[in-house]
Amino acid sequence: MDAIFLQVLNGLDKGSAYALIALGLTLIFGTLGVVNFAHGALFMLGAFCAVIMRKILTLSHVSLDPEKTNFLGKPLEIRTPYVELWWGDVGTWMIDYSVLIAILFAIPVMGVMGIVMERGLIKHFYHRPHADQILMTFGLAIVLQEIIKAFFGANPIPQSAPDSMSGAMDIGVLFGFAEYAVIYPYWRLVYFVFAAVVIGGVFAFLRFTTFGMIVRAGMADRETVGLLGIDIDRRFTIMFGLAAAVTGVAGVMYTPILPPNYHMGMDFLVLCFVVVVVGGMGSLPGAILAGFMLGMLESFSSMNEVKAIIPGIDQIIIYLVAMIVLLVRPRGLMGKAGMMED
Amino acid sequence: MLKYNDKVLMIVFAILVLTGPVILAPFGAGYPDLLQRFAIFGILAVGYNILFGLTGYLSFGHAAFLGVGSYSTVWMFKLLTMNIIPGMILAIIMSGLFALLIGFITLRRSGIYFSILTLAFAQMSYSLAYSVLTPITNGETGLQIRLADARILDPKNESGSLPSTNLFGFEMNDTWRTTFMGMDLQFNVGFYVCAVILIAAFYVSIRIFRSPFGLMLRAVKTNQNRLMYTGINTKPYTLAAFVISGMYAGLAGALLASMDPLAGAERMQWTESGSIVLMVILGGAGTLLGPVLGAGVIKYFEAIFSRINDNVLHGWFDFLPGFLETFMVWIIHPFVGKGWSLTLGAVFMIIVIFLPGGLMEGANRINKRFGKQKRGSADNAKAPAE
Repeated sequence: MDAIFLQVLNGLDKGSAYALIALGLTLIFGTLGVVNFAHGALFMLGAFCAVIMRKILTLSHVSLDPEKTNFLGKPLEIRTPYVELWWGDVGTWMIDYSVLIAILFAIPVMGVMGIVMERGLIKHFYHRPHADQILMTFGLAIVLQEIIKAFFGANPIPQSAPDSMSGAMDIGVLFGFAEYAVIYPYWRLVYFVFAAVVIGGVFAFLRFTTFGMIVRAGMADRETVGLLGIDIDRRFTIMFGLAAAVTGVAGVMYTPILPPNYHMGMDFLVLCFVVVVVGGMGSLPGAILAGFMLGMLESFSSMNEVKAIIPGIDQIIIYLVAMIVLLVRPRGLMGKAGMMED
Repeated sequence: MLKYNDKVLMIVFAILVLTGPVILAPFGAGYPDLLQRFAIFGILAVGYNILFGLTGYLSFGHAAFLGVGSYSTVWMFKLLTMNIIPGMILAIIMSGLFALLIGFITLRRSGIYFSILTLAFAQMSYSLAYSVLTPITNGETGLQIRLADARILDPKNESGSLPSTNLFGFEMNDTWRTTFMGMDLQFNVGFYVCAVILIAAFYVSIRIFRSPFGLMLRAVKTNQNRLMYTGINTKPYTLAAFVISGMYAGLAGALLASMDPLAGAERMQWTESGSIVLMVILGGAGTLLGPVLGAGVIKYFEAIFSRINDNVLHGWFDFLPGFLETFMVWIIHPFVGKGWSLTLGAVFMIIVIFLPGGLMEGANRINKRFGKQKRGSADNAKAPAE
């Protein structure tokens, strides 16, 4: 029983990441009708926002200590980050919480990047075949990831969670299991809560604001909204920026779980496409549901007991489920008729 | 049979391919390894074009068939004989069956769904090859031939070194070298095997393009709904195209393994599928010659760009003043050497944005501007892919 509970928890953090990326994909897809193969690259760029933020915060002043020498016999270098030099304890605190500060940095950066992407490139592809959109964004994804590789190298760059949120807690006790039966890292809980807040925020934004209402109307019938004298294109561009920002912060928060490397975006992208298709193209609740569902299925299938029955099932379960869902319900779990069916 | 124009095209194509080692030597591409890759990826692109160029179905999973072909061929090398014929036959059969299975499921949907489904299938095969199927694929190490392998049809190997792949005694890595007008010409058996198969593959693709079957595939691309309203079931046609292009990919995989008896899972990764698509797009999807051209251009620049390093760059910009030289090297550095993928991605975007018809459309445009004022042919070719 506790093993099952642990797998549910394990599924939550991966599912949260899937759900967040799939949410961004669906926002873009539902509004602009573009299949964005560069979306994984946005996730990766978000993660590298965290890397950059940490690099900036730990820029160090190097001073020499003439009294001590290092093992080569040269004067010992003492590196003090500038922020610590200037602000003392506040600086230390900032370095510790760099992941959270990176979110503030990532939201505007990723938002602007999304808007630039939409205005600069994707705008020109609305009237082109879907194949062209896929190919162009695929090329863009390669370019983005190779640029990151050129600057940061091919190796993963580990990032740490803030001290107060690293380590693990004995969550099982809270739910009445035996002590030390269910140990779960704090940061993954933080990630899940964060994902829930972001998802809730996006839904609330779409449901309770005038802007969101217009966007929803535009998703349903773009032409009519345009005829009513509303500049729907501008709003969709902003939605693209929002989707990029959501994906970006998903990447920022994921860095303590998975050290960012240049191809992490591509790895997530394929899975998230599957998530979107299973959830039903263009359906926001579907994307969230499918994201969490597939994340949990993945963690359940990686249990040793399951693997003993069907070896290797954890590698392919997502694809397998996707195929079955598509064969039984071609539109996905919550897909609407007429979405992308040309 | 073929019409006059096609006959000319066929003959010119055959001559160009067969004289490849001579024609390409001045460009620094006359060595066997690269020539073989030209021919093999040419076959792959020709096959992919039958699916994507004719029906407009964008498959993102063709690397899987390439991998299946390679694995089956290496298994034939291990079990039966080092002759490449059984390996090729098994590769075509296996990839055909595999394509039939995948196509049967994925072709239930069209458009983006199809692309994503093929992508998912290919990614699944890739993970399987890495994990569960390790007894068959040898996981991360890749499948290799060993001295201890059975090879029941071959005479007992007593030399103590690994046997090399051959075609009835002609070894694939045999090369006849000569010097001609100061150029080092290399005529390689492996290349000629690939070249002959490429010519045959090209012939089959012309026949398909000109057949009623090919016409039906084009109709699917132009307007599948209308075709279905007239009471035609398009599934058998698209499935046939999918299986044929899968078999081409399997054949290409078999040849890859024949030239270098090794099969690894990284050949099945989806970025590989992407580069196949790029070859076809770059050359011109839906044209006969385009895909071969695209494959050649990409493999050529891949070989050339990967060889350039900072020293070469400094040599190029030697004539500039110091800071400009450093600046130019700094600008170009990320694009060459290990940064070849960056160039590839950038080319991909530029081609899709500015020249969706590929190099063949570019050639047509230049022809139209400077040649005789022929109207129509280029415009008609630009039918939407939906």
